[in-house]
Amino acid sequence: MRNLGLFALMGAALCAVGVFSSWSESLQILNLCLISAIMALGVNMQWGYAGLFNVGIMGFAALGGVAAVLVAMPPVAETWAVGSKGIGLTLVALAITIAVTLFVRAKLQGRARKWATAACIIVGYFAIREIFDPAVDAIEAVDAARTGYLGGLGLPIMLSWIVGGAFAAGAAWVVGKIALGLRADYLAIATLGIAEIIVALLKNEDWLSRGVKNVTGLPRPVPYEADLQAAPWFNDLALRLGGDVISLSSIFVKLCYAVLFTIVLMIVLWFAERALKSPWGRMMRAIRDNRDAAAAMGKNVTRRHLQVFVLGSAVVGLAGAMMTTLDGQFTPGTYQPLRFTFLIWVMVIVGGSGNNWGSILGGFLIWFLWIEAEPVGRWLTETLGAWLPADSPIKDQLADSAAYLRPLVMGTILLLVLRFSPRGLIPERH
Amino acid sequence: MDGILDAIVLMTNFVLIPGLAYGSQLALGALGVTLIFAILRFSNFAHGDMMAFGTMATILFTWWFQSMGINFGILPTALLALPFGIAVSIGFTLLTDRVVYRFYRRQKSAPIVVIMASVGVMFVMNGLVRLIIGPNDQRFDDGARFIIKASEFKDWSGLNEGLALRSTQLLTVVVAIVVVAALFWFLQRTRTGKAMRAYSDNEDLALLSGINPERVVMVAWILAATLATIAGVLYGLDKSFKPFTYFQLLLPIFAAAIVGGFGQPLGAIAGGFIIAFSEVTITYAYKKFIIYLVPESWAPDGLAQLLSTDYKFAISFVILVVVLLIRPTGIFKGKVA
Repeated sequence: MRNLGLFALMGAALCAVGVFSSWSESLQILNLCLISAIMALGVNMQWGYAGLFNVGIMGFAALGGVAAVLVAMPPVAETWAVGSKGIGLTLVALAITIAVTLFVRAKLQGRARKWATAACIIVGYFAIREIFDPAVDAIEAVDAARTGYLGGLGLPIMLSWIVGGAFAAGAAWVVGKIALGLRADYLAIATLGIAEIIVALLKNEDWLSRGVKNVTGLPRPVPYEADLQAAPWFNDLALRLGGDVISLSSIFVKLCYAVLFTIVLMIVLWFAERALKSPWGRMMRAIRDNRDAAAAMGKNVTRRHLQVFVLGSAVVGLAGAMMTTLDGQFTPGTYQPLRFTFLIWVMVIVGGSGNNWGSILGGFLIWFLWIEAEPVGRWLTETLGAWLPADSPIKDQLADSAAYLRPLVMGTILLLVLRFSPRGLIPERH
Repeated sequence: MDGILDAIVLMTNFVLIPGLAYGSQLALGALGVTLIFAILRFSNFAHGDMMAFGTMATILFTWWFQSMGINFGILPTALLALPFGIAVSIGFTLLTDRVVYRFYRRQKSAPIVVIMASVGVMFVMNGLVRLIIGPNDQRFDDGARFIIKASEFKDWSGLNEGLALRSTQLLTVVVAIVVVAALFWFLQRTRTGKAMRAYSDNEDLALLSGINPERVVMVAWILAATLATIAGVLYGLDKSFKPFTYFQLLLPIFAAAIVGGFGQPLGAIAGGFIIAFSEVTITYAYKKFIIYLVPESWAPDGLAQLLSTDYKFAISFVILVVVLLIRPTGIFKGKVA
């Protein structure tokens, strides 16, 4: 009952934005709330179900984002002509290197094995660079201002949501394989590292996704405003509803996104709830609460951790791809730890770790506050600034600093909730 | 013959000296992380921002001193301001312990909860630093720039390559040696230091022998804040101060601490230099070096750079991964479980 009330309050807040500001803005917030909720669900699987601390959410979300580019953008014919052979050969060389290394490791023993592994990796690295570098130079030289990258496969962008999940799952499998089963800290440190590296790769590998030059104009899964405004049936609808066509078309597009995202959220939530209530979910919580006892019962703790870590990261990757789809562009420079890792954590903790509904509420609430904090902060600094003389340097400093209040406030919220209400708004049911 | 000498000078100039300076900075940072880990038993994610906070305090004092016309002769004024910066940093760190960490210590919370709290502290400090000094680059070095100038070295030796030694680089290494010596003397010889080592080895036994845990924890925080501030100021003098760079230093610092063996001070130092030299040697472009050594026709076309500097964090990560796979305890057997 109380939970229903909390969700109703959240809905009322979104409606209030719609009434007092604009419905377009309200729907924009709602769409990102939905994506945040999916991301929070993924993190809740890792933290709430299993107690795994993933500090690299940003990296998995970015992998989802690049999937949107690679799946949906049309291929660039000129760069394919000059570079596809080199990149293809690079992949072959990479596969050969990995295969030879694994073969050597399987055949040799002891000291010889270590040296042979190192030798394989070093020789492989130089061989790959020899093929890879000219291909990259060739690709990036093609019309660098407009393309200069391979482009994507030109498939429907909704396919990239699944591919983004798969990318993130793959990265999570590698990280988990290395860092799980050791100290809990090591997973946190390893994910911190992999996220930084993924974002560095996406910023610098121009041949793949144009790096910091960004990929804009991603195809949409929903109609374009201009097409709607030209369509007779939409003009009829606008006439009947009595609004102007332009603002109505923008609302219609956002509504389409909202419906799509709600469907995805419902599917993810259904699976998450089913998993949590199944014997598997009880086992995960048993492992979380007493690892040694669960291990003594014959549960393979490390394997189960790997499983849930991969699943949770896949959901984060899915949400990352959805976010890039909504933005319509891929901008690696915008991936910041505060926005993409830390904010999601605050959502999960505030909502109630271990409870899927809690994560959804947390996703909605924290995103709403995050967006609305800016006008409030600006208003606050302006009001404070009004008391100061016009040429005071403190006033300028104050105006610039509004943006940095965010980490401060979010950090404080996390610390306060962690200490005084560690079970969150909707606590886990036992 | 001159070619070989030139190559040696080139390596010293661009690999050995920067590596030594960077290694000292990382070693000091990793020492702080490892000390907190040894005593409080969690990885302190706020360490990078602790460095930024202490450095910021030092920079503010430096500017104040400079505005009053106080300077330190040929040494940078920041060195005079350093004790004040350390004091501010210690004060703030003890405050965070009192407000945040003490609660979880008394609750005997799982380390992962404490780590999460440290992430919260990290963002609070992150916001504070940007609020007070802004997110931009700040340079605050003054005094003599160079001990050996490249042009003077060329005139003196008659070689093509000049050797330059910046005063901040020498200062970094000297300060690091002094600080590390003092720290080891403290841990090995003083009563409090012995109590800390005992507490780190076996908490229950230490408590039974009447060691006051709150005091041990307090001293650990004081040492960590001091080391973080010194490391941060040295890094800032050597390169420049930018809050985001300090956050990014977290990864090499953790890697250094883990490579050496978590909780082992000696390991942290070794790890710091391993990470620093790997980074510098792998991201250095060897083209010029090869040209000095081989006949002209063999000269490479490209830069002969193993990895672009954009990926220097990947190097710490790869080293970290290799260590976790081969020897999770690190070089000096650290705490794993």
